[in-house]
Amino acid sequence: MVGRRLATALPGVVGVIVVTFLLNRALPGDPAAYFAGPAATPQAIEEIRTKLGLNRSLPEQFVLYIRDLARGDLGHSLTTGQPVVADLRARLPASLELATCGLLLALALALPLGVLAATRPGSGVDHVTRLLATTGNSLPVFFTGLVLVYVLYYLLGWAPPPLGRLEVFRTPPETVTGAYLIDSLLARDPGLFLSAAKQLILPTMTLGLAALAPITRMTRGAMLGVLASDFVRTARANGLAPRTVLYVYALRNAMLPVVTTLGLVLSFLLGVSVVVEKIYAWPGIGAYALEAVIASDYAPVQGFVLTMALVYVMLNLLIDLLYGVIDPRVQIES
Amino acid sequence: MRGAGPLLSVEDLSLEFRARDGTVRVLDGVGFTVGWGETVGLVGESGSGKSITALAIMGVLPPTARVTAGRVIFKGTDLLAADERTLRRHRGSEISMTFQQARAALNPIRPVGWQIEDVIRHHTDLQPAAARSRTLDLLAGVQIPDPGRVYGAFPFELSGGMCQRVMIAMAVACSPSLLIADEPATGLDVCTQAAVLELIGDLARRSDMATLLISHDLGLLGERADRVVVMHAGHVVETAPTAALLAAPRHPYTAKLIASSPRPSVGLSDLVTIPGTIPDFRAQLPPCRFRFRCDRAAPECDQPPLPRVVVGPDHVVACRRPL
Amino acid sequence: MSAAVLRLARAGRYVVLGNPLTFGAFLMLAGLVTLALFGHWIAPYDPLATAVGPRLAPPSATHWFGTDNLGRDILSRVIVATRLDLLIAISAVTLSFAAGSAAGASAGFYGGWTERIVTRIVDTIMAFPLFVLAMGIMAAVGTSVVNIVLTVALINFPSYARIARAEVNVRRNAGYVEAARLAGNTPGRILAVHIYPNCLPTLIVQASMNMGWAILSAAGLSFIGLGVRPPTAEWGIMVSDGSAFMMSGEWWVSTFPGIALMLAVLSFNLMGDGLRDLIDPRRRS
Repeated sequence: MVGRRLATALPGVVGVIVVTFLLNRALPGDPAAYFAGPAATPQAIEEIRTKLGLNRSLPEQFVLYIRDLARGDLGHSLTTGQPVVADLRARLPASLELATCGLLLALALALPLGVLAATRPGSGVDHVTRLLATTGNSLPVFFTGLVLVYVLYYLLGWAPPPLGRLEVFRTPPETVTGAYLIDSLLARDPGLFLSAAKQLILPTMTLGLAALAPITRMTRGAMLGVLASDFVRTARANGLAPRTVLYVYALRNAMLPVVTTLGLVLSFLLGVSVVVEKIYAWPGIGAYALEAVIASDYAPVQGFVLTMALVYVMLNLLIDLLYGVIDPRVQIES
Repeated sequence: MRGAGPLLSVEDLSLEFRARDGTVRVLDGVGFTVGWGETVGLVGESGSGKSITALAIMGVLPPTARVTAGRVIFKGTDLLAADERTLRRHRGSEISMTFQQARAALNPIRPVGWQIEDVIRHHTDLQPAAARSRTLDLLAGVQIPDPGRVYGAFPFELSGGMCQRVMIAMAVACSPSLLIADEPATGLDVCTQAAVLELIGDLARRSDMATLLISHDLGLLGERADRVVVMHAGHVVETAPTAALLAAPRHPYTAKLIASSPRPSVGLSDLVTIPGTIPDFRAQLPPCRFRFRCDRAAPECDQPPLPRVVVGPDHVVACRRPL
Repeated sequence: MSAAVLRLARAGRYVVLGNPLTFGAFLMLAGLVTLALFGHWIAPYDPLATAVGPRLAPPSATHWFGTDNLGRDILSRVIVATRLDLLIAISAVTLSFAAGSAAGASAGFYGGWTERIVTRIVDTIMAFPLFVLAMGIMAAVGTSVVNIVLTVALINFPSYARIARAEVNVRRNAGYVEAARLAGNTPGRILAVHIYPNCLPTLIVQASMNMGWAILSAAGLSFIGLGVRPPTAEWGIMVSDGSAFMMSGEWWVSTFPGIALMLAVLSFNLMGDGLRDLIDPRRRS
């Protein structure tokens, strides 16, 4: 079953590779000039052109592109001087740690809120939740991030300065997973753990708030739908305890559409994480790409897009698997 | 075991729905009784209010519904006035219900055996192993051929008839005194229909369980019910012992209903249709809601209130001009 | 014809007046459109002129929204940016609406290769986190307003295509379609004249919800430097300009364009909610 799911992800991966190739090589302008950088001499540009095979035909270039990808060659960054793959590998954990924390925060808040709103229609909680869902969708993430920094750091002084993953005087823990929260615990350094956690507060809140609205809306809608269903009515008609009806009969079924839309929420979340990384000077792959953009350094940007897309494809695969675990109909029918 | 008086007594039940453009007065003064161990058939067209009455008795109405008057006395307790905790104790163990679309009425992502067990474990002290064993017995008791396999199956893996049997097993799991079966045979093929109704009858006889059989098919009820309650547009129009009702109906609607039911002796072209449809409940309605479809209507029929005329032993008609 | 217009007017009035929130949203939108149309004349200062006031001055009587680090009046820039942001959003949504619904409707109606190709395109776009795809495209093609419109239109294309395909699929075998076919209509005509108009309500609701997202995407791209170029007055880039100053206390540079963004997106979203309640009462929140 897992194999079959992997197979369904394959066209997505192919599509991603083709599109990134097109973005890389086939768009207006001179790709060689892009990769050589703004400060390159005409001679350097010609060298790059030959080296990257940009003077060959498009199909040949595609083959070269695939070959390079297979070897893990995503080009070189002009600003860092490193292979893009190395840069991405170094910076990806930061992005993943932040995105995961943001998602967990959003789920921890949105699921209970959605359930409460659905079980108490017309109440204060319900109105607040609906307001939250509507306005939350309207908030530009970059703006909320800045406002949070202004209020919680500048005005109230509760949060640390938005200067990255650790306080300035700290050194990062030994890299095991790349996630500072985990690695600092593995290194048995509680002070480091706290430092990493403190720095994570504001960006996690920003991301969490961004994802809060759609998940809350979906949870509330799904719960309302399920609570009105025939099988919940049967459970009630059998006199089952309200808690059982709510969790075993209603919530589990409501999770199905929520998990389905989680894919879209993740698409949104991965996109806005770039913005959040910029605001908080978070050394993730989003900030990496933005720095490259400013410097007209082209290869990192494309490497970033490819990586994000592949991460997204894998996450969607995980969501599909999760859905299959919750809903037996999918497993058995296929 | 049996108490004095009827097991269930629905008295003057009135119910309305809040809709966007008005209130829909779905039930108006509905009243009937079910005796201990008795099988009562509740019959009427779609929209007559039979299912809603059942939901009101069980207390699982949709949130937009509101009971505006009446009592539902079950074993001496008014279910409409009781608190939730008392009601939960009754539901599933003293009085239970099976629903029409059985597959939709079962949790789609939970094995059906577990769902039955949920009911058993909630209402009794049985331990998991004993509860499981009882569940398997119940499944066997509703003539499911392979209880072990069905125990772990999901509703979508079972046929409509099987799902209905599972529902019945769930409903009788705690030996209720009253089983309400809402259209238990609808949507099933003819053989399964007969089998399901036979099954309910058997279970009822074995444990002296009263049954309220709800159906739009008078023919089905004719063979199985001791008494019949006929509903039209939210009113009870006639109640009588089955034989008396079928032999000599006293309400024009009942007569039409019988005449329009397919029977072996009557050809298809000889079947009567009942003109018109159920009236719009949002509008102002005359005291008798059958008035505009009735060919015996007279000016006196517009006089409120709707009468209740005793025309025979245990035979009541809501008509000013009974047949 | 006039009966249809009357029905539309009545529906419109129901949507707008039926709900205080929707009415408020409608007023806000009307205000925004007014600003977009007449902003250049309403604005007190030239939005591009530098040093019309002291640099980084807080809100005051002469500069209601304060000034930025180049001494430009923020109120004028926020007002004038309305036109650009609304224009980008409307253009992008119109484009993706037209292309997406046409492609989706064709896919749903004709099936076969048309459907396969459209589905493949939609799936490929959706395989990316949409904002990241937009970033990649803008980095490759270069920043300009036209490119922003095209990119935002591209990432919104899938939603219309999917909805149109689903709606057409449902109606493909309807009675009236069969009747039209028997009456001798060409397939193209059946699709365009008979089926497509029935799909419009759902598509229009989607469009109104999408407007907010389009504005946010364009502003987001500008915020990270992949959108409009300075010194253009656009809400996203103005928030970006002021971001450094937020942390040192000069809050007004980012806040006012941010609030403008919020209000614009909010009014579109509320209108969209109101429209959706009208179109499909079953899904009322």
